[in-house]
Amino acid sequence: MAMTGLDIYKLTPKTNCKECGFPTCMAFSMKVAAGGAEIQKCSHMSEEALAKLSESTAPLMKTVVFGKGETEYKLGGETVLFRHEKTFVNKNRFAVLFTDKMSPEEVDAKIAGMKEVCYVRIGEEMKVEIAALKYSGDKDAFLALIKKVKESGLKVAFMLICEDVEVLKEALELVKEEVPIVHGANKNNYSEMVQLVRDKKLPLGLRADNLEELYALTENVQKMDYKELFLDPGCKSIKEAYVNTLQIRRTALKEQDRTFGYPSILFVNEMANGDKYMEVALSSVFTIKYGSVIVLSDMDYARALPLFGLRQNIFTDPQKPMRVEPKIYSINNANENSPVLVTVDFALSYFVVSGEIERSKIPAWLVIPDAGGYSVLTAWAAGKFSGSVISKFIKESGIENKTKCRKLIIPGKVAVLKGDIEDSLPGWEVVVGPDEAMHIPKFLREM
Amino acid sequence: MAFKTSVQKYTGSINKLEFGSGENSKALGGENVLPFYTFDGNIGGKPLIGLEILDVYPEKWLDELQQIYGDAANNAVQWARFVEEKFSPDFICLRLEGADPNGLNKSPEEAAALAKEVAQAIKVPLVVAGTQNHDKDTKLFEKVAEVLEGCNVILLSAVEDNYKKIGAAGVLAYRHKVAAESSVDINLAKQLNILLNQLGVKNEDIVMNVGCAAVGYGFEYVASTMDRIRLAALGQNDKSLQMPIITPVSFDTWSVKESVASVEDAPEWGSQVERGIAMEVSTAASVIAAGANAVILRHPGSAETVRKLADALINN
Repeated sequence: MAMTGLDIYKLTPKTNCKECGFPTCMAFSMKVAAGGAEIQKCSHMSEEALAKLSESTAPLMKTVVFGKGETEYKLGGETVLFRHEKTFVNKNRFAVLFTDKMSPEEVDAKIAGMKEVCYVRIGEEMKVEIAALKYSGDKDAFLALIKKVKESGLKVAFMLICEDVEVLKEALELVKEEVPIVHGANKNNYSEMVQLVRDKKLPLGLRADNLEELYALTENVQKMDYKELFLDPGCKSIKEAYVNTLQIRRTALKEQDRTFGYPSILFVNEMANGDKYMEVALSSVFTIKYGSVIVLSDMDYARALPLFGLRQNIFTDPQKPMRVEPKIYSINNANENSPVLVTVDFALSYFVVSGEIERSKIPAWLVIPDAGGYSVLTAWAAGKFSGSVISKFIKESGIENKTKCRKLIIPGKVAVLKGDIEDSLPGWEVVVGPDEAMHIPKFLREM
Repeated sequence: MAFKTSVQKYTGSINKLEFGSGENSKALGGENVLPFYTFDGNIGGKPLIGLEILDVYPEKWLDELQQIYGDAANNAVQWARFVEEKFSPDFICLRLEGADPNGLNKSPEEAAALAKEVAQAIKVPLVVAGTQNHDKDTKLFEKVAEVLEGCNVILLSAVEDNYKKIGAAGVLAYRHKVAAESSVDINLAKQLNILLNQLGVKNEDIVMNVGCAAVGYGFEYVASTMDRIRLAALGQNDKSLQMPIITPVSFDTWSVKESVASVEDAPEWGSQVERGIAMEVSTAASVIAAGANAVILRHPGSAETVRKLADALINN
């Protein structure tokens, strides 16, 4: 259970020595309880008190790291059940499943698909992050599969799915340096599995027939003092997977029981049973509700576009709106006669406005100054989207060299800026655009 | 220690709203827990899935969709029958696009007469969607409400600009249900419900359209707004937010780049119809997981997937 400031205060020396940087032991204790200071800052705590405290002030959900170098990822570490309460921290990661039963052609096709779906959206690289390699009985084929994927040039982290400890030992020889997730510890093999992964601190996935058994298994593994874990809520039925995923997260964060304070692995590929749109539907549900590793049967743009977009949205910090880079954007191959439109760097505004310009099929320049990442009216009210901000950006961005057209279209909602901008941008005609982006195509066509 | 199921009891519950008439009516809402949280309590009725049709030929829709409906799409009445027989949706959403002043600008009388024919041709309940032009929708819904008296349809939607007339004609005079539309903000949603309430519209006759966005396009606001509305309705027993939610998913998802770009525009993206369905399915799955009680979809394939998803989340 979480300790209150008073509980912590009782363990301090109560000397108000100020070495921790706080005026009193009480003030320090309150801060520690709120998660704003680390208990180690007090050098006068007894060993016993420290142990007691670090246990109870540890995060409710562990952050588990896997992969290596540019494919190193963190999962878990969440502190709230709903993103509006604070924010979600570590976005879910997508895996594609390979098995030793697949034909070489099938494996090649999946690898090719994963390589092809790799793009940047609002500053974030979108691609499959994990190759999930499943053992289904043929050891040689399994080892060959691991080699093949490893040597394919894919930039991915690995997850080995295998309950056979002997096979795993050999498999790990091939990829242990890549820090793979090792999935497949159950009530029968967990102690050997822990021995196998402890050395390299590889994350270990736990699975059981139901939540009660999963809980008992996790307790047993924790007793061996191993805490680099993933939990598998199961995939026998969609309802069970959903309910278990919710229960695991809620048990950790609401009931404050760290036994379930680990990220999850969802085998959406098995639940969907070959139905691609069902994979999309389930992946969406588990992106919203508490999936950490989401395993798909394959990746293509039809899956990627919605799923990566959704994930980017859900894992946006509510206190920091998504922003696009302030710069000049060319739309529909803008040329030296194209008009210039201006809007803010709030990602949503950019998307809506650029989408509508695209729809108009009229070549145009879209210039985005640094407006603090707010929407048009908010940025205007905060003084971040003023006449001087806009005219300064027009002068300094170099747009005057890209087009001879001297028409600058401003959002209808900030029509009041027209005079201001015209005063500081001689030679430009400032045109007040529509209030709503949806009217941009008509507006541009009639201009 | 043994595992113990974490159970959360709430004091509030979502209103149950029935629309349609007689034995073919359908109910929305009734839950007292978060979506599909079967272990907490009563999850209410299944989410309802409606298919969208238009009062005009769907010129702008994808070829694949036009092919599915063929000649039936030339006439909303046949189209509605076709959809009902072939795809058995929970309801049909007739969108009166032809009345749009920026388009064909059909008169409210003409549009309403067609809506009546459609309503008489089908058994499933009807949702009538307007043009999203607030002035026109006011006149449109006044007329639609009058000629559809007795059909108990949902009028989608009333906004702050026109709720008085739509509420008065639609609900108070002709006993329909009204969708209160706000733009992805819990306070605006609450305010419009209260305003309708002050007009004399009962909470039980209101369904909320709290706004939508395609996934990738600010969907975090949709998800968090729905989370907050549901938590306030259930946890704080806030009566002015206990209406069920209807989300016209297709209105947004089929106009974003991912669905609109042809294979020529974006060769690497592959099949356009697959992208369109995937965007619609992802957004619909996300809103029902966030709290929507009904969704409006365009592609029958999307509807089938979302139906299967909802069934699978409810039954083992």
